[in-house]
Amino acid sequence: MPHPALSRRALLGGSTALLAAPALSQGQPDVVRIGHLTPRTGFLGPLGEYAVQGVQLAAEEINAAGGVVGRRLDLLLEDSVNPQTASAKAERFVQRDRVSCIVGEINSASALAIGQVVQREKALFINTGANSDALRGSDCRRFMFHIEGANSMYVKSVGRALLAEGKINGKRYYALTADYAFGHDLLRVAKNFLGANNARPAGEDLIPTELTDFSPFMLKLRQARPDVVILNLAGAQITNFLKQYSEFGLTFPVAGFGFDTALAWGAGQGNFLGTWPTVWHHLVDTPSTKAFVAAYQRKFNRPPENQAWGDYCALKIIAQSMNELKSVEAPRIVEHLEKGAKFDVLKAREGYFRARDHQIMMEMYAITALPADKVRNRWNIFSSSAGIPGPGEDLEAIAPTSEENACTFPA
Amino acid sequence: MEFAFILEQVVNGLLVGANYLLIALGLSLIFSLGGIVNLAHGAFYAIGAYLTVALSPTIGFGGALIAAPATVALLGLMIERFLLRRFYRADPILSLLLTFGLAMVAEQTLRMLFGAAPVPFSIPLWLRGQVFVGDFIYSKYRLIILAVAVLCVVGLWLLLKRTAFGRVVRAGVQNPDMVAALGISLRPYMMAVVMIAVALAALAGSMMAPVTGVTPTMGAEILTFAFVVVVIGGLGSFWGVVVAAIIVGIVRGLAAYAFPPATEAAVYFLMVLVLLLRPRGLFGERIQRFE
Repeated sequence: MPHPALSRRALLGGSTALLAAPALSQGQPDVVRIGHLTPRTGFLGPLGEYAVQGVQLAAEEINAAGGVVGRRLDLLLEDSVNPQTASAKAERFVQRDRVSCIVGEINSASALAIGQVVQREKALFINTGANSDALRGSDCRRFMFHIEGANSMYVKSVGRALLAEGKINGKRYYALTADYAFGHDLLRVAKNFLGANNARPAGEDLIPTELTDFSPFMLKLRQARPDVVILNLAGAQITNFLKQYSEFGLTFPVAGFGFDTALAWGAGQGNFLGTWPTVWHHLVDTPSTKAFVAAYQRKFNRPPENQAWGDYCALKIIAQSMNELKSVEAPRIVEHLEKGAKFDVLKAREGYFRARDHQIMMEMYAITALPADKVRNRWNIFSSSAGIPGPGEDLEAIAPTSEENACTFPA
Repeated sequence: MEFAFILEQVVNGLLVGANYLLIALGLSLIFSLGGIVNLAHGAFYAIGAYLTVALSPTIGFGGALIAAPATVALLGLMIERFLLRRFYRADPILSLLLTFGLAMVAEQTLRMLFGAAPVPFSIPLWLRGQVFVGDFIYSKYRLIILAVAVLCVVGLWLLLKRTAFGRVVRAGVQNPDMVAALGISLRPYMMAVVMIAVALAALAGSMMAPVTGVTPTMGAEILTFAFVVVVIGGLGSFWGVVVAAIIVGIVRGLAAYAFPPATEAAVYFLMVLVLLLRPRGLFGERIQRFE
């Protein structure tokens, strides 16, 4: 049917304008573009939403404070979906949109794919949510930095708390592990730690990422009667496990080696239990955390969780570096970060990227679920350790050593 | 001990199968009578769960278990009246696209309204606890889910076998032209079937909300299993779907026992096996329209 309002000529003209749009805006000298890539659907989608909100808040604050090297910061947001799509979108960010930096990711396999793109294209990538040690070791890249903690850091920080509670030495553990890159890497690191501290396995299962019903594993746990249940799970798996663990009335102590607060919040009243590691949480007692939590709460009507922290801080670090260098060139920022520039990461001590593997050195925390009668609202459901490592200690104390995780940057 | 444990896993499999069953039966009914592969069926399951979370604080969990499926049934009525109805006789690819689109719209709507993070929800205090039979342990709440599922299945079977309504539906599945020739319009029947089917999916979602993560993707996750159950059971066969749901549950439990990484994959292997040996499914009938 002919449509009088839309002539063929108008359509042709419109399409041409659309096609030309990226070329036109690339020419704009008054914006600095930064790409944000993270999974927004699938089993990591719940975390991706926090990541997006965190980075949006950071961009807003940066622009309100005058932008980057006198220009406005323009944030481009994309759903990374899976490693193939992540790679394609990272390439498009750099080649078509001319971004010099990419922030984000949660999935370790996707982060690796993005790392390969930025290495080739000489753009900066700050990984905000992928934990796998391999990304800082065998798969490390000169243009890839990590504000997310490495699996080793998670294991060593919560490990200290667990050792102090007497849950590891000489005990029998049952480990449930997410069956993909992140989980396999975490299991390897966890077993090194557990073995070194005289813990023996009572059982070990790999859990498919799409599994939502844990009932067969609850029966297995009950039969094995371990002293402690070790969880190397990811995403929605954690919520499902917690709900069903309390449903089956199991009482073995629970310890997680990987964690995101949103998943504990999503488990519901009385279902969160155990001891877990985290890079950051909304109850950290520093003025910068309080300011961030208040601003986030105003904008999004809920407290931020650790994933929001990662993407927020990463963008702030990039903007601060660009402003200090008066340059948006990725190689110059890489050099700046490698020299050990210090950044406020909302904790008691400042953080810096270790030149050897580009992992940020910072405090972590071990949190413990509050008993049900101590919980006063749906957000404050845990108590936290002080920063780990403690004030007198080197921040590298919880990081993987070069023997554990050697990195040689490919040329 | 080992045998008792395997038996425990088998019994657990039966209970897990009951969850799939409520969704698979509706899926099978809509396809058998309307020829529509309803890819949006999982969305009704998710909407049921979210409605339960939203309504429970005001009308209680018991009230939400009735109100959520009822609301979804009304939603089903609207969708049948204004969308599905146009596609019963059309190329199946069109209804496939339509329902695929509906599923995406529903998922994104839930994400926009409630956020992507799981919405907290727990088993109400009065339903918590475990049941022990000898060394067997089971969650009291899951036994209640099983009881409700069995009631629904028996009720649906009686409706289809023992009532005038059921006779027309069954005739409509086999030969809609003959039903029309007898002067009976299938339209109101189809509307009722869609309402019953989506209400059952919503009921399953309501009952699962306390024990599984309530997220926008929960519908897509459960739908694949429901499809597998329908395919294994065979189209048009009520008991085929029931038996398939139980077998799928058991196979899953045994895989979790023997080789956990294949817990979900085992179900697909089973489907491939059934399709190779019995292409119409275990109890699939020969339906003229689809042959």
